[in-house]
Amino acid sequence: MRRTEPAPVLDSINRNLINMLQGGFPISQSPYQEIANRVGISEDELLWRLEVMKTDGIYSRFGPLYNAEALGGAVTLAALAVPEKEYEQITELVNAHEEVAHNYLRTHHHTPTLFNMWFVISTETREEIDTVIEQIETETGLKVHNMPKQKEYFLELKFTL
Amino acid sequence: MNKDLPHYVVTERDREVLAAIQGGLPLDPHPYAVIGRTIGMGESEVIECIKTLQQNGIIRRMGVIVHHRPLGYQANAMVVWNLADNELEIFGKQASKLDFVTLCYQRRPHLPRWPYTLYTMIHGKDRESVLERVETLRSLAPTDKVDFQVLFSSRRFKQQGARYFNRKQQLLTTAATQQSHFTL
Repeated sequence: MRRTEPAPVLDSINRNLINMLQGGFPISQSPYQEIANRVGISEDELLWRLEVMKTDGIYSRFGPLYNAEALGGAVTLAALAVPEKEYEQITELVNAHEEVAHNYLRTHHHTPTLFNMWFVISTETREEIDTVIEQIETETGLKVHNMPKQKEYFLELKFTL
Repeated sequence: MNKDLPHYVVTERDREVLAAIQGGLPLDPHPYAVIGRTIGMGESEVIECIKTLQQNGIIRRMGVIVHHRPLGYQANAMVVWNLADNELEIFGKQASKLDFVTLCYQRRPHLPRWPYTLYTMIHGKDRESVLERVETLRSLAPTDKVDFQVLFSSRRFKQQGARYFNRKQQLLTTAATQQSHFTL
């Protein structure tokens, strides 16, 4: 659902912080002090700014981005062609699976597209991906198109300091 | 699995640390010490553990996970490209260098009706700016006639947070965490 409220205003220090912190966070005894030094503010001010931005919903957390596959898990992108009048019903069936992590209705900007429902399935093992797909196919009567990742082009981290 | 790295076996201690930090680091001057106290580990042990996990590619990186909508990035499109095998590599590498491309994957096509092999995620303040960015990307394609589709997300039905471990540190779900980098 589109949100319409205006974006909170970020001052230049907060912009700087968000740009920088997306690229990494120190793994050291006093990581916030290190960041504060880089930006030229005190550690107290940094912690306060981060607290406020978290409350404002600018970011969700500081933490690790895991490599799911390296942990033994499996993840794939799947697509369905859902008849428009069945969206709601099919959505409920698909989302009832806890292995479904993201589910988006996607439409082409001017012409119809083959697949309109796209979701991520993530499981502990590769075999479970197939099980979930089979279950969804049985429940919905629709063919689930499995589009596993074959290669990832890693993005260069960009700093705009 | 990252092919460039030797296989690293995640230990029980690693799993405890991964489970303890998955919800985020505390806003405390010594966050790794705080984490350590919750699982009976010393600060330096936690730090070494996280460094090892990062060096071995289990943790891609530590960082802030932003919400793109409050930052004014209201529109996102998954742009799919039909490229020949010999074109994929070059175009994929070029695309991943652009700062507005937030994900770039090669995926299995479903012939004949879905020949698209390269998936790029593009965010923007609105649909117009996304389409301008798509045009920039298209100009790098091997031919002017490149077959592609711009799929805007019109509704989000489900986006659950990334939770990888349950309380017993078992791998729970591997929700694909967005790795997007938004330049403000």
